[in-house]
Amino acid sequence: MDHDQDAPRTSMLDRRQMLTRCAGWVGTAAVYTMVGGTLSSVTLDEALAAKARSDAKPFTFLQISDTHVGFDKAANPHARDTAIQAVEKIKALPQQPDLILHTGDITHLSTDAQFDDARQILSGLSAPVFYVPGEHDFLDEGQGKAFLAHYGKGTKGSGWYSFDHNGVHFVALNNVANLKPGGMAHIGDEQLAWLRRDLTGLSASTPIVLFGHIPLWTVYEQWGWGTDDSAQALALLRRFGSVTVLNGHIHQILHKVEGNVAFHSARSTAYPQPAPGAAAAPGPLKVPDAQLPTMLGIRSAHFVPGTGPVALVDQSFA
Amino acid sequence: MFCFSASARRLAPLFLGLALPVLVGPSGALMAAQPAQAQTVAIKGFAFVAQAITVPVGTTVTWVNQDEDPHTVTATDKSFHSAAMDTGDKYSFTFTRAGEFAYFCSLHPHMTGKVIVKG
Repeated sequence: MDHDQDAPRTSMLDRRQMLTRCAGWVGTAAVYTMVGGTLSSVTLDEALAAKARSDAKPFTFLQISDTHVGFDKAANPHARDTAIQAVEKIKALPQQPDLILHTGDITHLSTDAQFDDARQILSGLSAPVFYVPGEHDFLDEGQGKAFLAHYGKGTKGSGWYSFDHNGVHFVALNNVANLKPGGMAHIGDEQLAWLRRDLTGLSASTPIVLFGHIPLWTVYEQWGWGTDDSAQALALLRRFGSVTVLNGHIHQILHKVEGNVAFHSARSTAYPQPAPGAAAAPGPLKVPDAQLPTMLGIRSAHFVPGTGPVALVDQSFA
Repeated sequence: MFCFSASARRLAPLFLGLALPVLVGPSGALMAAQPAQAQTVAIKGFAFVAQAITVPVGTTVTWVNQDEDPHTVTATDKSFHSAAMDTGDKYSFTFTRAGEFAYFCSLHPHMTGKVIVKG
């Protein structure tokens, strides 16, 4: 595991654990990939024979998002319990992940108590968790000071960083800091300059997984569901053969493929939001109790070198 | 000193400027600028309601968050700003000079509003 030293995480696997997990994966007969909505499979022999970087190996990682620890309104008065449910679901997965990405809104109101509670809940996970902030994690008076105190170690600027795992380059972006009136989410020049430097020197065949809170493509501008300078980031990613962009914020699954870039928005573990434009405004959506578990969930991601986009499996709490 | 007659009592709030001394027209603009001292702006449905208000100098504007999501009131020129307001939270600011004061929600920057203060 080749991480930046001190990149934010809650725990680390040692090499022995990692090799054990990879060996477990190699024993699997087939790999299912979801590409363009079609389920297909390739044998591992095919997958491993495919042209790939020599250090790229198959592995599984997870995405969880929008735990909103501290939320207790009508849309889900038990958001703490559903965050715990997410942890239990992950622990019960037959294929344990090498690592977990949390795409922001860890807490609802950025209080130290909520950050501490989130840490306590997520400490049940055995894989390292890598975080990016959502706007709910940046609404303290210090505008992110609390988040950075908890998760900022080893990060740059307002909390961005990158690391490598099994030949995949992961990039964590913060697009919720210093937002401008009338705009959407924002990456900012300093972070974009860092991204340019970070990607320099990487081979175009390096698979890239970029994760941030607010969508990096414009889902619905009227609700601010986009990032106003994302085109500059995407331009830097254009030369790479496989780019996977993961986000949260909108609390629902959406996919979009644009050339070499696949965008995927994930469910929340806390509460749903309306589909873009389906309501007068965004925000917590109250649904019948029986329906709620179908709208919350976690996401597994399977990376197999040489097979194109990262394959995702979204699993609801139903 | 005087005693209110029945009709004067009905008019009293207008004279005293206490209860709700402002009338809001269809556009949301202030119509009858009494020496109004207080004005309320709701934050609901991810919008400031009314989006633009006109008030006399000295008015205290109070924003009330009626959404289930937190919001802020942040002046574009940073001259005033609230902390994050959870559901039901209020924030007040008194405008002591004339001018146009644009503001937004720093968490959801597509939410913008304006206070026009007339001298």
